[in-house]
Amino acid sequence: MSSETQKILSTDGIPLEESLKQAEKKNKIKAFLLVTPLLLFLIITYIIPIADMFSRSIDDKMVTNMLPKTYKAMEQWDGKELPPEEVFEAFYLDYKILVENKTAGRLQTQLNYEKNGFKSVLKKLARKQKKFEEGNYKEQIMKVHKRWRNVDYWRAIKRRAPAYTYSKYLKGVDMYSNEQGKIVQVSENRRIHRILWSRTLEVAFFVTLFCFLMAYPIAHLLATLPMKYSNLLMICVLLPFWTSLLVRTASWMILLQQQGLVNDFFVWIGLVTDDNRPEMMYNKTGTYVAMTQILLPFMVLPLYSVMKTISPSLMRAGKSLGATPGVAFFKIYFPLTIPGIGAGCLLVFILAIGYYITPALVGGASGTLISNQIAYHMKSTLDWSFASAMGLMLLTGVLVIYWIYNKLVGVDNIKLG
Amino acid sequence: MALPKYTEPHYRIWHYFYLFVCGCVFFFLIAPLFVIFPLSFNAEEFLVFTDGMMRLDPDAFSTRWYKDMVYGTKNPWGLAAKNSFIIAIFATIGSIILGTLAALGLSSRHMPYKGLIMAILISPMIVPLIISGVAIFFFMAKAGLAATHLGIILAHIILGTPFVVITVTATLSGFDHSITRAASSLGSNPFNTFMKITLPLILPGVISGGLFAFVTSFDEVVVVLFLAGLDNTTIPVQMWTGLREQLSPTILAVATCLIVLSILILLTAELLRRRSERLRGINR
Repeated sequence: MSSETQKILSTDGIPLEESLKQAEKKNKIKAFLLVTPLLLFLIITYIIPIADMFSRSIDDKMVTNMLPKTYKAMEQWDGKELPPEEVFEAFYLDYKILVENKTAGRLQTQLNYEKNGFKSVLKKLARKQKKFEEGNYKEQIMKVHKRWRNVDYWRAIKRRAPAYTYSKYLKGVDMYSNEQGKIVQVSENRRIHRILWSRTLEVAFFVTLFCFLMAYPIAHLLATLPMKYSNLLMICVLLPFWTSLLVRTASWMILLQQQGLVNDFFVWIGLVTDDNRPEMMYNKTGTYVAMTQILLPFMVLPLYSVMKTISPSLMRAGKSLGATPGVAFFKIYFPLTIPGIGAGCLLVFILAIGYYITPALVGGASGTLISNQIAYHMKSTLDWSFASAMGLMLLTGVLVIYWIYNKLVGVDNIKLG
Repeated sequence: MALPKYTEPHYRIWHYFYLFVCGCVFFFLIAPLFVIFPLSFNAEEFLVFTDGMMRLDPDAFSTRWYKDMVYGTKNPWGLAAKNSFIIAIFATIGSIILGTLAALGLSSRHMPYKGLIMAILISPMIVPLIISGVAIFFFMAKAGLAATHLGIILAHIILGTPFVVITVTATLSGFDHSITRAASSLGSNPFNTFMKITLPLILPGVISGGLFAFVTSFDEVVVVLFLAGLDNTTIPVQMWTGLREQLSPTILAVATCLIVLSILILLTAELLRRRSERLRGINR
């Protein structure tokens, strides 16, 4: 047989294989076009801004923008000896504008990070330079404070110049690069971020654990009860799930306050005396209790959907073969629920690690998490590049967890109620 | 779950202990919601149960906080409620349209790079809200949409679409594609096929995804806190401010209204889920 007769032709004379390929291609394009609007929308409004956070976090133009003339003049300076007159003049002009606009404080803080003692020198200069005469600024500035004759301070200004820096990331883990360019830890009493990171991990871990311990029995009950009872009980899980986060946080604020119902109950059963009511809000206890209750449904639902598929006859078979209920549970039932446990735990952990609202309201000072710090820098200190750096560090952690989640259960298995 | 008669005593004890633990957990889940309800009718300004309330004295109860919520001086709730509803409704519509289209494309077996695209589309659900908030704020500030309704609506569309994509994709997983082919072979154009065949069948999924998107938008506070100006305050933002400053019974009145709303949404979602399962012929 020749290959000519093998080829099957479609009605319009094109070989069937090719015609099929064309149709497939058309379908591919059609499917892709349907996804395009959302994909483009998300890429423009969401994915690119997140990537942009990276350039923001390493892009540190704060000081460069405050001293434009100085840095231009410094380009020629090799940094070995004191800079020439032009640099002094440029610095004087830049700094004068900052003092007049009352924005010199930020420069003082930033340069003080770079070299200790810079703040007082700059403050003195701000007072004295009003009386400066024109010309020969080098002499005049050096006269204000002897530190201006120290080349280290000028090097510190120059070191602050690079347009790209990873210093924000170092700051996020309480480190910085010192004058010699070595990476060192900040002094012990200023290590706040590491405390926050470890507290965030700790809270996320324990909230996940508490959720698991509480969700497992009730998911089992929901999965094994007859439909008409389990539907009713399911409402107890779904109603909090659908209720506003702030409403639930508010109810915990009422319950946990010192004159609140939980404390009333403790007094009533005699656990504590009336004048010695424990503080349960504005600390870690409040964060734990409220977050566990709020995230519990996210643990129950995946567990329930897995337990629902486990046939009860498996346990019966195990028991009929001589296993005690305990052995049957740990050897048969528990291993079968592991996909649900994985899904629930990772979901709760991911949600808990980025929690913001509840810790901010019931956490107080000792219960705030890393997200609160990010929000603080976004809204109060306006150090957006630091907020971006910390956000990206958090995001990296979440993506790693998510990657594990995807490996274990798959994204498609996310179930919502 | 009645135990069989031959159950050994220690297992019986264990079983009752298990039921007791379950009861405690259910109580822990649901009870906090019901604390708000009576306290919102408190005649006093304090957020504790007064003696009068314990004795069920009618004088100890009043609706003054509800009146304050509606008619109160320099009342922020009216504007907040209006904003919340406008934003949530438009965000829901946007999420439904974009999400359903994308889900239709994603469930086609011809779709290339399915895994990657799915990961991008549901990423707003995975990324912690605070990071989404920062990123969206940077974008909206650059685009000049900060402190506008449009900016917040777009932000909520970003956060809401993953839910629509997931629920509609789930509905489409049981969808028999031969019926749309049958419609095409009978001469229907793709648009008509979609409107008359596909849409009615996937409608429960679309609506429940829409409900998720609505609730997400209606309850969202982190992103709005970054984006909102004075004119765009929403109910959650007002509650956030109120809870930070002083916990007043008016907030509890609002909270009670929100709980009633969530009960309504829960009922709708539950009815839809059952209808969807019936339509898809899944009997559990």
